[in-house]
Amino acid sequence: MGNLEASIVLAGVGGQGTLIAGKLLGILALKLGLDVKVSEVHGMSQRGGSVITYVKIGEEVHSPIIEDGTADYILAFEQVESVRWASLLKDGGVMIINNQQIESLPVLMGQVEYPKNIAESMRKAASKETKIVDLDAFDIAMEIGTSKVVNIVMLGALSNYLGVDENIWKEAIEEAFAAKPKTIPGNIKAFEKGREAGA
Amino acid sequence: MKEIMLGNEAVARGAYEAGVKFVSSYPGTPSTEITETIAKYDEIACEWAPNEKVGAEAAIGASIRGARAMTCMKHVGMNVCADPLFTVSYSGVNGGLVFCVADDPGMHSSQNEQDSRNYARAAKVPMLEPSDSMECKKFTKYAFELSEKYDTPVIVRLHTRVSHSRSIVHLGDPTPITVKEYTKDPKKYVMMPANAIGKHVVVEDRTRKIINDCDDDLNVGMHKIEYRDTKLGIITAGAAYQYVRDAVPNASVLKLGMVWPLPKRTIKEFASRVDRLVIVEELDPFLETEIKAMGIKCEGKELFTLLGEYTARLIRKRLTDKPIPKSAFDVTELPLPPGRPPVLCAGCPHKGLFLALHRLGVNVMGDIGCYTLGALPPMQAVDAVICMGASVGMAHGVDKATDGEDSKNTVGVIGDSTFLHSGITNLMNAVYNQSKMTLIILDNSITGMTGHQQNPSTGYNIRLEAAPQVSLEMLCQSVGVLPEAIRVIDPVDTYEAQKVIKEELERDAVSVIIARRPCALIPTGRAVKGINVEVDYEKCMKCGACARIMCPALIMGKDKTPVIDTETCNNCGLCVNICKFDALKKGGEA
Repeated sequence: MGNLEASIVLAGVGGQGTLIAGKLLGILALKLGLDVKVSEVHGMSQRGGSVITYVKIGEEVHSPIIEDGTADYILAFEQVESVRWASLLKDGGVMIINNQQIESLPVLMGQVEYPKNIAESMRKAASKETKIVDLDAFDIAMEIGTSKVVNIVMLGALSNYLGVDENIWKEAIEEAFAAKPKTIPGNIKAFEKGREAGA
Repeated sequence: MKEIMLGNEAVARGAYEAGVKFVSSYPGTPSTEITETIAKYDEIACEWAPNEKVGAEAAIGASIRGARAMTCMKHVGMNVCADPLFTVSYSGVNGGLVFCVADDPGMHSSQNEQDSRNYARAAKVPMLEPSDSMECKKFTKYAFELSEKYDTPVIVRLHTRVSHSRSIVHLGDPTPITVKEYTKDPKKYVMMPANAIGKHVVVEDRTRKIINDCDDDLNVGMHKIEYRDTKLGIITAGAAYQYVRDAVPNASVLKLGMVWPLPKRTIKEFASRVDRLVIVEELDPFLETEIKAMGIKCEGKELFTLLGEYTARLIRKRLTDKPIPKSAFDVTELPLPPGRPPVLCAGCPHKGLFLALHRLGVNVMGDIGCYTLGALPPMQAVDAVICMGASVGMAHGVDKATDGEDSKNTVGVIGDSTFLHSGITNLMNAVYNQSKMTLIILDNSITGMTGHQQNPSTGYNIRLEAAPQVSLEMLCQSVGVLPEAIRVIDPVDTYEAQKVIKEELERDAVSVIIARRPCALIPTGRAVKGINVEVDYEKCMKCGACARIMCPALIMGKDKTPVIDTETCNNCGLCVNICKFDALKKGGEA
């Protein structure tokens, strides 16, 4: 079916829905008839911790881990997380940043400062071929009515670059939320808004 | 039918398809989801046991009676159930018996990174090692057949990257659950010397037979040989196989399915057909040592580390001169990202207790659970953490080392689930041997760190049905702790907690303080939505005391007054109790 080959990093803060986004990408790959691996780390990454999920899609996927300079796409669900995992992005990859800021305890305690103008610093430090997209996924999600759909807004933004038909995405969303059918319309809307904002 | 599954879910699916009748486990990252998934198959009898030894022994009983049975654990859990494992290896099984163990190279959530393969060799039990979710299902299902065919328990070894990665699984039809006939057979099942001496002979013969069968038919050990370029040959297994395929796609590979015992002829044959032989395995040089002992020349740990997880990048670096891929950013130009250290949750009842211990400046023998984080700022109130249940024994040891003197400034701290796991025998010992130690049981009514599993003190079973409930007070009393030396406190009331701890430290006998309040993340511990702590800014003296407790829900404003994050505040009132100026008030109170 598809001939998609992509290494996607989902980086965020515990509770932002990166795990569900990873699962959804897995369903998408399955729909395309492709191989896929989604790697998560559970345990210590409880609420408030830095959380990373790797998704690899292709004809045949071996290692579930994405290494420095090999990610095609990074979805940073939070500004500082885009910096933390920046080295994973390959030269010429796409970094999609949610402009949301979640201050960690050392920042809240005034021990360290939250870096300013992150998207700008990222653009300066990036190679010419690298694309950086930033959007207000949190605000978009709140307009829809809940911060819980931030993850789907982010996937909407990513969908501009993967070259997968919009309808297959929507089918994957319906499948991922089949157990909670009431949330499907909101998630579809989040996807569409994210697709618009990340274009 | 194809489905995307976690490795752990796929193990559960494999057991289900094999017609497993009974699963008993103790939770432990990264193994927990196996048993949680089993609980979703209504036809399987499934339970949380108080510890891994109990889980294993229950599974052994079910196997002897003729049912297929399984027990699952993290790597350190295998230490706890090693005793039954070593002897059920002698007795063998009736219904298929599988031990599933998840190692944690890199210690994502563990206190050590021991290599479980050593158990397979030491207990003389076959071990299978899957490398992705499909193999998790296939190998687990096969493990039951193998167990019955060779009359042996079988270990399935996972590790974090296999347990917690999702990949495609082809589903099969389940075998109907059957329970075999049971015939009395003391020679087989009663492991006293006269019988065990004979059984040891059987065990050694069994191992030889398995090796031979694996060499005759690679499928018996689920081994795979992939000949490509024979300049480089690699012997590997499990997740490391996946890294090898990415790093050196042209190398020839002998991928072992069964990592104990090893197919000698197959390995010799493979070695003879490649110019250079390299063993790629995380953690111990387990395969390497065995292969070298076969008289085969190979490279292993002189190239690769004994520590942590491997990556394709590491293997590529050691075995090829391919350039390292270029990153999109000049990272030296990027700002330093502030860390996100793990913290006790907003509203965590343990926090007030640890703050009390911090103020008292006592020595704290800690234990395994969320509350290990009591070692971090601002509490910094934990001196030692070794393993499940050790807090109680260590506090008793401190007492004995100082003829009781240091029991005046030392406490043991343990969670409810950990106490029932292996703290209770230590407490019995302390009472019996007339310790003066003080033990604090942090009773949050759940097994917290592993993601909220029930235990015998919570009143619910694994399927959340009502279950008989252990009373911690009565349990402590029954091992001989004096009724007046058992105190129940609310840890959020941190100053009262401090007072009670001080009193009990002085007592010339074993004391148990039960600090009771449910975990802030479970329904009984969660506050009503929208009711939060409120700040009276007129009364606030900007002293900063509330901020120093480092609650994720209390943010220091620019003018040094607190701001409550209404999304995360659980209205526990710890900050209210800390404030000396009455500037903070619990929500929903007059």
